[in-house]
Order: sequence, then C-alpha cells, then structure tokens
Amino acid sequence: MSDLEAAVAAGVLGADEAHRALLQATVEVARAIFGAKAASVFLLDEEADELVFEAVAGAGEGELIGMRFPAGTGIAGWVLTTRQPLIVDDLNADTRWSRSAAESTGYVPKSMMAVPLLVDERALGVLNVLDRPAESRVRLAEVDLLGLFANQAAIALDLLQRARRARAVLAGEGRLAPLARVAARLEETERDAAFELLQALERVLVETS
Amino acid sequence: MSAALEPHEHEEEEELPAWSLPAEAVDRIRVPVTLPDQVTREWAWGGSTGGGVRVCILDSGIELDHPLVGRVDRSVAVLRDDDGELQVADDGEGDLCGHGTACAGVVRGLAPDVELTSVRVLGAGYTGGGETMLRGLAWAIEQEFQIVNMSLSTTRTKYVERLHELADRAYFKRVLLVASAHNMPVESFPWRFASVISVGSHEEADGLTFYYNPSPPVEFFGRGLDLDVAWLGGGTLRCTGNSFATPHIAGICALILGKHPDLTPFQLKSVLYQTASNAQAAA
Repeated sequence: MSDLEAAVAAGVLGADEAHRALLQATVEVARAIFGAKAASVFLLDEEADELVFEAVAGAGEGELIGMRFPAGTGIAGWVLTTRQPLIVDDLNADTRWSRSAAESTGYVPKSMMAVPLLVDERALGVLNVLDRPAESRVRLAEVDLLGLFANQAAIALDLLQRARRARAVLAGEGRLAPLARVAARLEETERDAAFELLQALERVLVETS
Repeated sequence: MSAALEPHEHEEEEELPAWSLPAEAVDRIRVPVTLPDQVTREWAWGGSTGGGVRVCILDSGIELDHPLVGRVDRSVAVLRDDDGELQVADDGEGDLCGHGTACAGVVRGLAPDVELTSVRVLGAGYTGGGETMLRGLAWAIEQEFQIVNMSLSTTRTKYVERLHELADRAYFKRVLLVASAHNMPVESFPWRFASVISVGSHEEADGLTFYYNPSPPVEFFGRGLDLDVAWLGGGTLRCTGNSFATPHIAGICALILGKHPDLTPFQLKSVLYQTASNAQAAA
C-alpha cells in the first residue's frame, strides 16, 4: 500500500459506519421530537435519478435501507425540485402521490412532513417525518424546527457521501480512481511536479467554473 | 439565454426622460394613480375580481380542467432542444408533480377573473434546474405578465447575478415577482432581493389576512397553514408551506391590479403595506 493510500485509508476507516450512525441518530431524534410513527432520509442518486432510503427510524426500520424509487416520486420528489419544505395532512386524498410506492414499503402514511436536505448549493436528499399524532395540528414553529433537523441530516448525509467516495477511490472504483493510481505509482521526485500540475489544473477549473 | 439577457433596446413608446428631467418634460411624467390619504382595502381592491390581469405561474405546470383552477390561457415549458439549447415551447404535459396546480388554484380562488399562464420549469430532472428557471423567468418578463408567482428558489450562487438582473428588469418593466421565502438555514434566491415581493407564512385561516414585516428579508406573510389546495386528478390536498402563502399574496396583488392597472411594483408594494392586516389595525 502506498503512502497516499495508507493516509486516505486512515481517514476513511470506519467513517462510513460513523456517519451512518449520525444520520440514524438524527432521524431517531426527529421522530421522537415530533412524536411521529416514523422518520426517514432519502438520498438523491443523481446519476440514476432515484431516491434511496439511507436511514429509517420507526415503521420500516431495518427493512427499507437501500430501497429505491424514481426521483420524481411523490411528495419527496417535489420537495426536492422546489427546495421548499412541505407538510401534507391527508395523503389518502392524493391520487398520484405514489401510493403504490408507499405500499411497497409495507407502510402507508396518512400525513407527511418533508424537507429538502441542502448543503451549500446542492440538494442531497429529503428528510421525511411520517404520521405525527392525529390530534396535533401543525404549527409553523414545527416547520422551522424541521428545517433545523434537515440541516443536521444534510451534514451527516454529506459526510457519508464523502466517505463513500474516498472508499471508492481506495478500492479502485469511481472517476477519481485513476488519479489515485497514478499518484500512487509516482516516485517521490516525480510527485512534486505531478502535484504542481494538479494544482495548476485546479486553478484553471476554478477560474473557468 | 444570453440573448434574452441583453439590455433591452429602447422601444418606440419609451419617450420619457431617462437620465434627467427638463422643465418642459414634467407634464410627460404625470402619475396616473395617486394614493388617497387613507389607503383602505375598499379603495385598493373593493369590487375587483382580478379581471384583465395576466398572471404567470412559474412552476411545475398546471393541470388542465381542474375545477379549482379553471381556464388556463396558455401553457409553455422550458425544454432543451436537439442542440441542447433551452427553448420555450407550447406544452401539453399539464402538471408533472402538482405544485403548480396548487399555486394556480390559490390565485384563482382569490382573483377569479385573472388570465393564467403556466410556465413549466420544474419536474424535468434535477440538473440544470437553475438555467431552466432563469430562461422561464426571462420569457415571463419578455411577455410582460403583470404578476409572476415563483413558489421556488435556487440555492446556487452562480445564478445569483443573472437572477438579480432579471428581478431588477422585471421591477422596471412593471412585472411583479412574488417569491417564496425559504424557512431553512440556507441562502436561496430570488426571494432575498428587494425588487421582488417575498412571502412567508402566517397561521391564520383567512386568505385575505396578510402581514407586512418591517424586519426583512421576508417582507410579507400570507396564508400558508392547513390549506386545501388544488391537486392532481381534480382533487385537493391539505398542505402547509410558504409555497402556498406566495400565491395568496400574488392573488391579492392581482385584485389590486385589476382595479388599479397603472400601479408600478413600487406603488403596489406601498399599497400592500398600507392594506396589510397589521397596518390596517394600526390605522
């Protein structure tokens, strides 16, 4: 293993699990605070244009992780597109909200709070809180609270994705893998020049973006 | 896109002095509407149904023949052509996700006689959304809609400058942009610009109750809690969100413009302030 790989490995080791645990903790707290039946986080897989369950607390916990839906599906889809939080109180009335998708998860919610997960300029996914107690009317303060949770979940999701990309590089997968392999093969003397080249490339990219 | 963003050429009718005001020109800038000493709601929109006001819903499209929306005068979409260029074309897709239909229904509910046009910029994938939104907005300004409802925003700072330029152009062309504020700890646009009317939610159940906020960036609060909005398939859905507070303010603006079509965005914002529930209570 090269120095570079060893350094990256040290950083990545266990990070995936830790970040997933952080995400899981966030949905568990969100579920508890709102007294909801379930809370979950969808990750947006842009390449596949799909939403993927990344964390679930309550109903569906332990079964849904990794399940995918088309990104345009239901409430989560348009929360992502409009980047606006949305609360819906009678999902049964919605003829097109992808009831079949809900049924395939084994749990059909009656109400849903959904908020986009935004980091810097990117929309990473959606935080959902399903079925608050029937007697509790939504207050706007809850929407603000949900926004704060979303911020935390977005950071956790961002960390998880970064760890995965780093792991993919180590495993020789992903777009950056060739770069890592090239860097690993370089002799010490060549490496400085190679890094200068990379820095120049970075400057060009920054200036043109 | 870039062509659409070139500074507008001076049109024939634009004879008013732009940079200075010679004495003999004062008559030419006579103001067609002056606000009364006490601007009341009766003065502002009493008897108005929004007739003759052209409202654009920049969103996910509008479902045709929805009972709560009624007639949609025109539907267009911003799409990429074979060369990858964004084009505005007539659109028969309706609404892909329901959001635009919900917004259109709110406007129609308040101002039954407005002319509605749908510009679909959402619901066609998540990449390039900012460019699509800019193109749709530029088109809406070119078409000189009196009101453009924008229950959406972008978080991408690379679009801020162009969006800001479009918002200012709209303001001077008497195109009123009514935009949803974001109640999350992120920066987003265009609602933060002073040239638009930014809208958050209040918790009351009356559609004509709205508040002026003396502590911007959110300038007005409209009804946004527990609403039965128009939904796909001709139905309704009970929702909460700033997305729906925004068309409430757009609808009220349509009522005002139906009665006072000569108001500029600057004047209209003043009328909104003076007829806001908190200002009327103070008076």
